[in-house]
Amino acid sequence: MDIVSLLQLIVSSSLVYAAPLIFTALGGTFSERSGVVNIGLEGIMVMGAFMSAIFNLSFYSTFGAMTPWLGLLAGGVIGILFSLIHAVATINLRADHIVSGTVINLAAPALAVFLTRAIYGAAQTGPLARSFGFSDIFLLEKIPVIGPIFFQNTSGPAYLGILVAIIAWVVLFKTRFGLRLRSVGEHPHAAETLGINVYLMKYSGVMISGFLGGIGGAIQAQAIHNEFGILTVAGQGFIAMAAMIFGKWNPLGAMGAAIFFGFAQSLARIGNYIPIIQDIPGVWLQVLPYLLTIIILVGVVGRSTAPKDLGNTFIRSK
Amino acid sequence: MLTTKQSRLSALLIPILSVLLGFIFGALLMLLFGYNPIDAYQAMLMGVFNSPYFIGEAIRQATVLTFTGLGFAIAFKAGFFNIGIAGQLLVGWVAAIWVALSFPDLPRIILLTISIGAAIVAGAVWAGIAGTLRAYFGTSEVIVTIMLNYTALHLTNYIIRSVLTTGNTTDMVSENASLSVGWLTTLTQGSRINMGLFIAIIVVFLYWLFMTQTTAGFEVRAVGLNPDASTYAGMSAKRNIILSMLISGGLAGLGGAIHGLGTFGNLFTQSGLPSLGFNGIAVALLGLGNPVGIFFSSILFGVLDVGAGFMPNRAGVPDEMADIVIAAIIFFVGANYVIRLVLDKMKSNKTAEKGGE
Repeated sequence: MDIVSLLQLIVSSSLVYAAPLIFTALGGTFSERSGVVNIGLEGIMVMGAFMSAIFNLSFYSTFGAMTPWLGLLAGGVIGILFSLIHAVATINLRADHIVSGTVINLAAPALAVFLTRAIYGAAQTGPLARSFGFSDIFLLEKIPVIGPIFFQNTSGPAYLGILVAIIAWVVLFKTRFGLRLRSVGEHPHAAETLGINVYLMKYSGVMISGFLGGIGGAIQAQAIHNEFGILTVAGQGFIAMAAMIFGKWNPLGAMGAAIFFGFAQSLARIGNYIPIIQDIPGVWLQVLPYLLTIIILVGVVGRSTAPKDLGNTFIRSK
Repeated sequence: MLTTKQSRLSALLIPILSVLLGFIFGALLMLLFGYNPIDAYQAMLMGVFNSPYFIGEAIRQATVLTFTGLGFAIAFKAGFFNIGIAGQLLVGWVAAIWVALSFPDLPRIILLTISIGAAIVAGAVWAGIAGTLRAYFGTSEVIVTIMLNYTALHLTNYIIRSVLTTGNTTDMVSENASLSVGWLTTLTQGSRINMGLFIAIIVVFLYWLFMTQTTAGFEVRAVGLNPDASTYAGMSAKRNIILSMLISGGLAGLGGAIHGLGTFGNLFTQSGLPSLGFNGIAVALLGLGNPVGIFFSSILFGVLDVGAGFMPNRAGVPDEMADIVIAAIIFFVGANYVIRLVLDKMKSNKTAEKGGE
């Protein structure tokens, strides 16, 4: 295998595995910036994956090649609905954020498989009608050397994710909405004094996280597994949260970290083609992403600070 | 939630109402999808209680849940969220089976002691990693324990396939490492209920003794209630984080040993993390951190778990329904603010009426 096609393989498979993480990590960023811990993102991804699989199988005949892309929206919408449970529990009902997130993580796989059985009579949906496959990025693919490595036969959703990360950064740091959202995560009582609707901001943060997490799950189902089953998501939501922390709660940082984790995960699949790495036993490549996450968290803590009021229940002043 | 002071009445009412609301939620969901909830719940309960065998199985399941529930609860009391119970249970399971297969001819009492001991140590070490990182680097124990879960899963499958055997299932452990108790097995018509039950009851008592009657237990609770005040009073937050995580993981590992030696007697490759770990979290939350509460919650969830198996055949309802009910119960426990609000309102209405007389 020559060097260009080897690099092409590494870049494209890293991006394939990174795409769900990018979206979900961005979702986590919005939620946590508004002060709500959302470990329920794992469950939200499960629901997004489930919904997109159903959508994909049901509407392929109507939408054809566009189906997986519209499937992202289907996943995002169910993600919003599911995140509302978390929002109501943590914001209105004063539930512990991690307990509520755990409930979502317990409920989502059970509910999704329950519904899959109710609809398809089996615990898995079976192969989807159309998956994302590989795409070329318009015009950029024509650049010599860089084009073939980065933009040919690559993951469309990942590039969409990079675009969304840039938009998310602008929204969080350059708009009035972003400033308000962040102020609620840092000091809700001060924000309230200034007339900001704290509950509304927290709801927005959690619902955006549900939308993006649902999309993340939809990519996981339609680009990586090509079906929905209980093992489709398997921990990606948690890795995305680690990417968010590694990225210091900044959308661009989270995106970068997600791509790095995508690379780490892809090694277990493509390691056989890469010199040196092919000599490492498979089990180490499988546990690498998880161990790497821990090592990185240990390394970045201290230089990475969470929003000040993260995880606390806000009680409106009378 | 486990740490707020509650009156004894609402401490009982909250879990009971949560269970009721959880079942009602499940019933509504079944109605929505055209299933008959009464048939489903009947299949679940009759399936278990009509047969000594399945009562035995439900108690066996509850036994393991008691260990994982107590394990989660002690870390939660100290203010930490040990989601890694499932992984710690798994490494305990591996350790117990590994030791039992390595020394099959040791006398029963010695073999059981070292097998179970190895499982406790393995679970404690696995959780201790997260505790130590939390204490010295401030690393989120939530993320670290989750990552260690998946690490444990892949390592377990690797050890089974490459170290203990070449297939997907290890040999059965020898008679000397079996936890089965003849009269219990006979009483329950051959179920896999085992001496883990007695160990669980002893551990429930020891847990209560440790938490309420010892200085170390008091410190764990104090750090959970207010880390700053405890540090000011001269307690070491770091020491207590690590201690509570070691005990937490040790209990999960013990659960793994009981599950491995008692339920199966061998080890096989896993496609996902054992649900006993996550249901242990649910059990601890429903039991509001009280060891006796955890024991009874375990029995409830043991019945739900075993009874769920009857729903697909007898009522046509997918058995995932039981997990949905469990999740709903924990939702209501977590959101108990609403239950308490209603209870308080009812109480204040009553006193207002009395005042008017």
